[in-house]
Amino acid sequence: MTEVVPRRVAPRPRPASATFGGIGAEQPGVEPPAGPDFAALHAGPEFTRLRARFRRFAFALTALFLLWYLGYVLLAAYAHELMAIRLTGSITVGLALGLLQFASTIAITALYVRWARRRLDPAVAALRADAGVDR
Amino acid sequence: MIAAASEQTGGQVGDPVLNTVVFGAFVLITLYVVYRVSSRNSSTADYYAADGGFTGLQNGIALSGDFLSAASFLGIAGAIAIHGYDGFLYSIGFLVAWLVNLLLIAELVRNTGRFTMGDVLAFRMRQRPVRAAAATSTLVISLFYMLAQMAGAGAVVALLLDVHTKGGQALVIAVVGLVMIFYVLVGGMKGTTWVQIIKAAVLLLCVVLMTVFLLGKFGFSLTDLLDRAAANNSKGEKILDPGVQYGRTPITTLDFISLSLALVLGAAGLPHVLMRFYTVPDARQARRSVVWAVGTMSVFYVATLVIGYGASALVGSERIEAATGKENAAAPLLAFEIGGTVLMGVVAAVAFATILAVVAGLTITASASFAHDVYANILRRGNADAVSEVRVARLTAVVVGVLAIIGGIMANGQNVAFLVALAFAFAASANLSTLLYSLFWRRFNTSGTLWGMYGGLGSCLLLVLFSPVMSGAPTSIVSGVDFHLFPLSNPGIVSIPVSFVCGWLGTVLSREKADPALAKEMEVRALTGIGR
Repeated sequence: MTEVVPRRVAPRPRPASATFGGIGAEQPGVEPPAGPDFAALHAGPEFTRLRARFRRFAFALTALFLLWYLGYVLLAAYAHELMAIRLTGSITVGLALGLLQFASTIAITALYVRWARRRLDPAVAALRADAGVDR
Repeated sequence: MIAAASEQTGGQVGDPVLNTVVFGAFVLITLYVVYRVSSRNSSTADYYAADGGFTGLQNGIALSGDFLSAASFLGIAGAIAIHGYDGFLYSIGFLVAWLVNLLLIAELVRNTGRFTMGDVLAFRMRQRPVRAAAATSTLVISLFYMLAQMAGAGAVVALLLDVHTKGGQALVIAVVGLVMIFYVLVGGMKGTTWVQIIKAAVLLLCVVLMTVFLLGKFGFSLTDLLDRAAANNSKGEKILDPGVQYGRTPITTLDFISLSLALVLGAAGLPHVLMRFYTVPDARQARRSVVWAVGTMSVFYVATLVIGYGASALVGSERIEAATGKENAAAPLLAFEIGGTVLMGVVAAVAFATILAVVAGLTITASASFAHDVYANILRRGNADAVSEVRVARLTAVVVGVLAIIGGIMANGQNVAFLVALAFAFAASANLSTLLYSLFWRRFNTSGTLWGMYGGLGSCLLLVLFSPVMSGAPTSIVSGVDFHLFPLSNPGIVSIPVSFVCGWLGTVLSREKADPALAKEMEVRALTGIGR
């Protein structure tokens, strides 16, 4: 159980693929071979703020859609009379709520993407620039 | 035309030769594409992850191709045609599940791993036991899922190619399996992804055209469509409301809630879905992949709603249940009803292509997990060279493919629909809890990971073994004896909480401490992508 196994098995230096515009190409020898100083990055206020903001937003949205989905499932399971009410023609409350699940899924996706583009991506870009991995 | 078709319902509808030709054309086109895009170089990054060279749009379409199995297309359309609203509940679970991927999984997994789910789980844990657990769960889930697809192939063969002897069906299953192995061997992840993209595009085009046609036929009035569907269904008006299939007893209602949980939490733990996030260059493209996947799947599932009710309206539930493939025949029969043999041939080919592509995606996932987690990291302790690792992966792909063929032939005709739902329950129980803990809980450690994965997998297996799926019900696999102790067919409502509790208990009860430096590194990498 206490065997010593090499920690990370995937080799660190990535082949100079097109992935990030060539990480190794820009400042050879400036960074220590161990790569970026993750502990320092982790302790920095920018990262702490980014992580808190991300978790608040992602967890809140997750809780929201899970509750809304479970509520819908429980209605479908136990509230047959309510689900069977005709709204217009043969369109029932159940069908409308089901289609609303589609609409809310698309809306939450759009909301998250907009938030990520405005808040997440710039903060990540700044952190990456500070760490010297981009430009 | 209706009279002519109803004469044939007992046996064959459509033209087997035409069906074969359309399917053959699909196979030839995809084989050509796979051959053209395959690069001869055998680096691990190329074979497992297509060098991260796909765009979010391409990967999003491929994700929906991987996710929309034959069960989704034929199964859900059929369930809606027969049971009405209860079939629609599947669609909603399958779609909403993608929000878990979008918000909590896709970007972070893309940033912390390279090829497999094991990469993420083992990042800050002891490599060998965690990778062994990850590979076990990946292989179990992939094989279950694959078996369901291949067994379904037998039914589709019988329905669409008019092959009714077991030997003939076995031959067709073997051919389908061999083509699939060829895709994976020659194309690697790049080729497999293109197969998914082509298949998803054809599938989507097909269901959208059928939907528009159906809506047009009913003057774009959903009420007219629903009324006709209810009029031609033996269950009548009830198919417009929930409860036809699941509302019979309190137990079936609870079973439905359990299934819903597994559906919504399972998609984020499916290894072949997780592996797709490595085929894009960065986290933003991983996000875009999910956005495109949500978009295409919303269209697809709304379309299957119309197709399902449309099949009830135009074909009628009695004819569907009398047809060779029962529920699965709803979409093909509807296609014959509205577009004759040509559209039927297209739908038949799409159904085949779906099985082919999904099994290919599962095969490459299983082979990657064995070669990367087991061979390179457990057996060779991380010292395997790329050439031999890829060779092992290709060899595994052949073995897995042959297993899929044999399993498909043996399971042909069995009641295997539960296998897909079960694969989702496995994924939700074994993988989701450990993925979330290792991404978001710094104290989570090796022992917690092992408890969570084996606890989830084990409780799932045990509960299924002692459920009505195995014994004690008319549809059980084992007949004659009754050893069922657990009343539900789907274990999710118990096994998902069990895995979360196990992961927590395993962590707090063990004396080992999580490595704080690696935990910090993982948090930074996951959010920023630094270091990858």
